[in-house]
Amino acid sequence: MTPLLSVSGLRVGFGRDPKQNEIVKGVSFDLDAGETLAIVGESGSGKSVTALSINRLVDFGGGRIIGGSITLKRADGSILDITGAQEPVLEKIRGSEIGMIFQEPMTSLNPVLTIGRQIEESFRLHRGLTGRQATAAAKDALDRVRIPDAARRLKYTPNQLSGGMLQRVMIAMALACNPRLLIADEPTTALDVTVQAQIMALLGELKRETDMGMIFITHDIGLVAGIADKVMVMQAGEAVEQGPLGDVLDQPKHPYTQHLLSAVPHFESGRAARSDFSREKSEAIVPALKVDGLTVRFKVAGSILSRSPGSVHAVENVGFDLMPGETLAIVGESGSGKSTTARAILGLVKPTRGSFSANNGRIVDGSDPSVQMVFQNPYASLNPRLRIDSILAEPVIAAGGRIDAETRAKMVALLKRVGLPENSLLRYPHEFSGGQRQRLCIARALMLNPSIVVLDEAVSALDVSVQAKVLELLVDLQHEYGLAYLFVSHDMAVVERIAHRIAVLYAGQIVEIGNAASLLSNPQHSYTKRLISAVPSIERRNQHFELDTRQVPSLVRPPGFEPPPAEWQTCGPDHRARAEA
Amino acid sequence: MSMLRAIFSHSSGRIGGTIVVIYVVVALLGMFGVTPYNPLQQFRIDRLHAPNAVYWMGTDLFGRDVASRLMNGIGQSFLVAFCSVALATLAGTVLGLTAAWFGKAWDGIVMRIMDVLLAFPAILLALLIIAVVGPGTWTSVAAIAIVYTPIFTRVVRGPALSIKAREFVDAARTFGSSRRYILTRHLLLNLVAPLTVQVTLALAWSLLTEAGLSFLGLGTQPPASSLGLMLADSRNLMENAPWLLIFPAVAIMISILGFNLLGDALRDILDPKTRRSAP
Repeated sequence: MTPLLSVSGLRVGFGRDPKQNEIVKGVSFDLDAGETLAIVGESGSGKSVTALSINRLVDFGGGRIIGGSITLKRADGSILDITGAQEPVLEKIRGSEIGMIFQEPMTSLNPVLTIGRQIEESFRLHRGLTGRQATAAAKDALDRVRIPDAARRLKYTPNQLSGGMLQRVMIAMALACNPRLLIADEPTTALDVTVQAQIMALLGELKRETDMGMIFITHDIGLVAGIADKVMVMQAGEAVEQGPLGDVLDQPKHPYTQHLLSAVPHFESGRAARSDFSREKSEAIVPALKVDGLTVRFKVAGSILSRSPGSVHAVENVGFDLMPGETLAIVGESGSGKSTTARAILGLVKPTRGSFSANNGRIVDGSDPSVQMVFQNPYASLNPRLRIDSILAEPVIAAGGRIDAETRAKMVALLKRVGLPENSLLRYPHEFSGGQRQRLCIARALMLNPSIVVLDEAVSALDVSVQAKVLELLVDLQHEYGLAYLFVSHDMAVVERIAHRIAVLYAGQIVEIGNAASLLSNPQHSYTKRLISAVPSIERRNQHFELDTRQVPSLVRPPGFEPPPAEWQTCGPDHRARAEA
Repeated sequence: MSMLRAIFSHSSGRIGGTIVVIYVVVALLGMFGVTPYNPLQQFRIDRLHAPNAVYWMGTDLFGRDVASRLMNGIGQSFLVAFCSVALATLAGTVLGLTAAWFGKAWDGIVMRIMDVLLAFPAILLALLIIAVVGPGTWTSVAAIAIVYTPIFTRVVRGPALSIKAREFVDAARTFGSSRRYILTRHLLLNLVAPLTVQVTLALAWSLLTEAGLSFLGLGTQPPASSLGLMLADSRNLMENAPWLLIFPAVAIMISILGFNLLGDALRDILDPKTRRSAP
């Protein structure tokens, strides 16, 4: 029997002379209906180019297939040679037979059309639906990917939706025509873990229902375990290892596969939590940072005729304290208020209520040199037009200092400390890789000898092996300078490696807070449990993810609304959870 | 230096750059009176002489040397164009930056005023301003500056808004960097590229506007010369003495071509999206 898709000896090149500039160097694989192939590799390994060659979208990116063949068995049983097919034939195939989900939901949708129109488009084109029927089909498609309030969202334009929502819209569009082959290019990279788990469940279910073949491209080898039947590991344009899921994960033969498997943080339910700090043993009595009743509300704009419908309660009565030398991780999904909390502490967002006090009870305001921040995106957080010495000098100048010999010596020392050469001072940000830039950001944050560093998703944008090294650096720096970290993250596996204590944020409120080992091994609140069960891991093979249809609560409240006071239950020496109704 | 090399290795940049350099030299010579003859001296016996070895571009109705007057006129026109663009750039940058930074009411007020100014055709608005203030070299500088300020304001405000939302600006705010530091080092420094392109293109437009105003008798006043004024004077003698018309007209045309080519080249060079990637 011929497989659904057969790729053999595929070579793809780019540029004027594709033979000289080969990105994919001879990749072969077969895929049967109902089977899932995961292609794993780091950025630049050629995994996306391989996938784009299958529906020949690679032609539009300047790529050329220079060798090998791709054949697809069509719905009527005929075999189509994709490498030789003409554009009109390919147009029919894309969407209806080969669906695709892209990596970047923000740029994959047309920003000026409502998402409803864009979903209806695929129903119109491939199924011939019109008017009400198309609208109804679009609403069903959105319901299927768990978008709450689907009918109203149809009228939204992409800028009104979060990244996670947009990716769900993209998936809804790709699944609109129940394609026989689905190419998913890092579809869940931009999504929250619980949403990721839901999407994986959805993809798995659809695959079973429709006997759809799937190619799942990811950099996260941990995610592969949950969905793939076969795995192909790519490095520098070559498939270095491929085989059934179990073989590749349990007996990796190629050193690169072994490296990938060891670099990815494994979630171990609290067993890997740090034990180098404990509140009882610590001689410090005064917390480095104490946050009390932090509340941030954004007023929803009304129009001239209608009053404001209320405010978004982004952060509601959040309080915690942070000891010197301790890491408190704030965990939550997008919209949980974790970034707003961090930004409020730095004075980037004005809190509606609440106070912060540092060290000796002194009230901290926005520009306090004892609190510094490292941002998520290392490519956006350094001014591309400034040299590194100017970048590192900025906090000093802002604090009223001068660039003298002492400051220069400090720059050099800090650069050396974060593992960068001294001559970096005379270079510009674009000369550094993502990991090096994040080291620069850390060095910049340390210029003013802070006692607290807020790390807002500081390692989320980095490759797994780089991520591990930066985490190591952070731990070393914490020991050396006695820093207190506020580590904001969505990634439970990373949090387990760095946190001493964890606060779980849900819908703007802390639902559970406590010692990392205790919280991760014995979660009490239902949301924490959900969050932990959604963490992908290599141990969870072909797991049947529960389809969770719970809706994300709206945070918009009428004017004057005050939430009822929280009731807490204690579940350990340093572990408490919010009582659930 | 690398910028110059980039311009001269770009095909249209090479042509545009050469034209602009020649014009600037001629303009400087004309402005400081280094011309074949005194542009105001009247050689009565040689009136309306066609171009020859003595008078390279002929003489006009009063026997003045056209080549000298042309050099002087280019100097005059360039002075007006450079001053007005400098003023427009300064005003536009300040307004655009503050509008983007402060937002809210200030942004609304500034941008609505700019919209009103943009609604008028450039030359009409300049005429209106001169009609109120009275003609003269410095009033035309002011008028042209006001006309082109809205374009600079828009060119600055858009990118400034997007840079303001970048994380390095947030980072600067967490250090407590002063507003002036953020506006100059973070916003303005990243706006140099679009501003450079806009300045070059605006020079071409303002040369044209200046010529138009002088042609209408509202810019540079006689007996001083300017390109537009020379055109206006020659229009009645077009059939008898075509050289009076052709030389200033061609001078205007080539100067604008030069600035436009240079502007296009700069846009290609400074825009990272069109920058040819190194192999």
